Amino acid sequence: MSARENILNAIATNQPSLVPLPVIERNAVIDYEDRYAQFKTVLESIGGKVKLIQNLTELKKQFIADKASGNFVINAVADLGELDNQVASMQASDMEKVEKTYIKATLGVAENGAVWVYESQMQNRLLPFICQHLIIVIDKKDIVATMHQAYESIDVAKEGFGAFIAGPSKTADIEQSLVIGAHGARSATVYVVE
Amino acid sequence: MKTTHSKLAEKFIADEPRTDWHDETLWFVREKRDKAAHGLPEWEQLREWASQIKNHTLSNLSDYLKEFEEKAKANGIIVHWAENGAEHNKIIHGIIQRHKIQKIVKSKSMLTEECHLNEYLQQYNIEVVDTDLGERIVQFRKEPPSHIVLPAIHLKKEDVSATFHEHLGTEKGNNDPQYLTEAARQHLRDKFVQSELAITGVNFAVAETGGFVVCTNEGNADMGAHTAAIHIACMGFEKIIPKAEHLGVFLRLLARSATGQPITTYSSHFQKPRPGQEMHIVIVDNGRSKQLSREDFRNSLKCIRCAACFNTCPVYRRSGGHSYHTAVAGPIGSILNPNLDMKANADLPFASTLCGSCTNVCPVKINIHEQLWKWRQVIAAEGYTDATKKIGMNAMAFLFSKPSLYRFAGKWGRWMMRIFPFVTNNKLNIWYKQREMPESPKESFRDWYLKNGKINRN
Ligand code: SF4
Repeated sequence: MSARENILNAIATNQPSLVPLPVIERNAVIDYEDRYAQFKTVLESIGGKVKLIQNLTELKKQFIADKASGNFVINAVADLGELDNQVASMQASDMEKVEKTYIKATLGVAENGAVWVYESQMQNRLLPFICQHLIIVIDKKDIVATMHQAYESIDVAKEGFGAFIAGPSKTADIEQSLVIGAHGARSATVYVVE
Repeated sequence: MKTTHSKLAEKFIADEPRTDWHDETLWFVREKRDKAAHGLPEWEQLREWASQIKNHTLSNLSDYLKEFEEKAKANGIIVHWAENGAEHNKIIHGIIQRHKIQKIVKSKSMLTEECHLNEYLQQYNIEVVDTDLGERIVQFRKEPPSHIVLPAIHLKKEDVSATFHEHLGTEKGNNDPQYLTEAARQHLRDKFVQSELAITGVNFAVAETGGFVVCTNEGNADMGAHTAAIHIACMGFEKIIPKAEHLGVFLRLLARSATGQPITTYSSHFQKPRPGQEMHIVIVDNGRSKQLSREDFRNSLKCIRCAACFNTCPVYRRSGGHSYHTAVAGPIGSILNPNLDMKANADLPFASTLCGSCTNVCPVKINIHEQLWKWRQVIAAEGYTDATKKIGMNAMAFLFSKPSLYRFAGKWGRWMMRIFPFVTNNKLNIWYKQREMPESPKESFRDWYLKNGKINRN
């Protein structure tokens, strides 16, 4: 018999008799009067930055300036300007030089400051992790209260990869002192569009 | 019984300031957990849901695993099954050999620690670079992690500085965590960029979708998995949950319980390999199905490895993770390890005060302290307790069954301790070791109660 059968048989013999799944009551969980305010407070407490903007005009200006600065900037937000599609087939050794990345996220979560990003919004799975600085754009109406609502709105099986990202990469492995910028992005700024 | 835990703990607490520091550091993490938990009015409800979801999952485990396998395969993931650690290691070695791979990075996975993967591969001159900062630190020092979430929590920044000076050429005596982390970032970025194969753990695997979730704060799992041509994810079979919507419950609990963060920085959902990539999942038993058969202990398989029970445990905080001499230390490790090897780990269920603090913080409501108490009975029945403990226990059983003799002995003992303190404050009394004996009261609680208890009640 294969390991698979041995394991599955052992489990089937040893597992207790069936008990039902609980019902997750949506109205038993917290909601926030001002979800944006909550999102901002939490994200800033974990090292992220949040900026509320009326429309993309301002951000476009910043983006153009970033591009012109000569730094390696990758754009994955269609509304900002031309997409840098070439990143899809780039190798890690080249992407390591990416200074800044602009991506669009599907939603933000008020309770923990995370945003959900699908693979298609990243252009390349590695991009949001390997870049030095991460700029994320979300719409204010897409901030949901908790993870329960977040999972209702997204479909984790729709694409090959997706992630909740909450602020910049960090570690507290040396005597519990918080250091921002362990392996991933050194900064994460979320622009929330009204 | 081997008294390994107390022997190793003795070494740890010999350095008193360091013991205090360790204790305080972990208590600080425990307090952060409390603050995060109190921030959600539905916290207890979440724990209840998590516990019930896990109960249900265990009761339908074989079907969920089959469903997961089928979906994962349909997603293009290659699924392997390993009955024990040796098989797990062999499967991984096989993949490495087939592709003639040299450069391997690994993100924190307690399962690979449990299976001793690094040591196994070393025999074949294959080196795996641990990429979690804490793991890298202990790897340089040739030590195992001392905590499942904070692997280097037993080290001070001076220790890290000396280690990095030796291995990474950092400035001698520079203890700045920012500087040291930056050095590790540069060193590990090189490893990531060159890596051909990445090994990660699995925090949750979803039966409904055939995908899995990996949580890190540093982003090391992602840096490895998205760079390498091959990604191997290793999971104990208890990591399975029924549906994606249940991730909502567990991701809300995990980081809050672990470090007090609202969520880990990265919660990455792997569904399919990227084009051109090979993705493997190794599903491991290694004693888990046996634990499932032990009615009193099967609850331990609900564990999501948050380490809240470590951070709150008065014994763990004062004895250090290495005193548990196993990959998973702390209260939950003391339940899981006797299942793997009762003889070698018979000491662990005794490394607890049974105060119940672990049970109170556990996000999936495992009755940790009750299980520890039950293990003690099993271990005693199987004859794995040591002679001195047995004699003591028998004497106590005799005494406790004879109330008047017990009272007489108590009176005599208190008198002795007052008049001749050296009778107890000496090396022969193991209770005196590394602790002060309390001052002996004049009267027993019973006498005090007979005098005062009734009066106060009226
Ligand atoms: S037993 Fe509970 S508290 Fe301990 S690590 Fe597991 S889930 Fe966390």
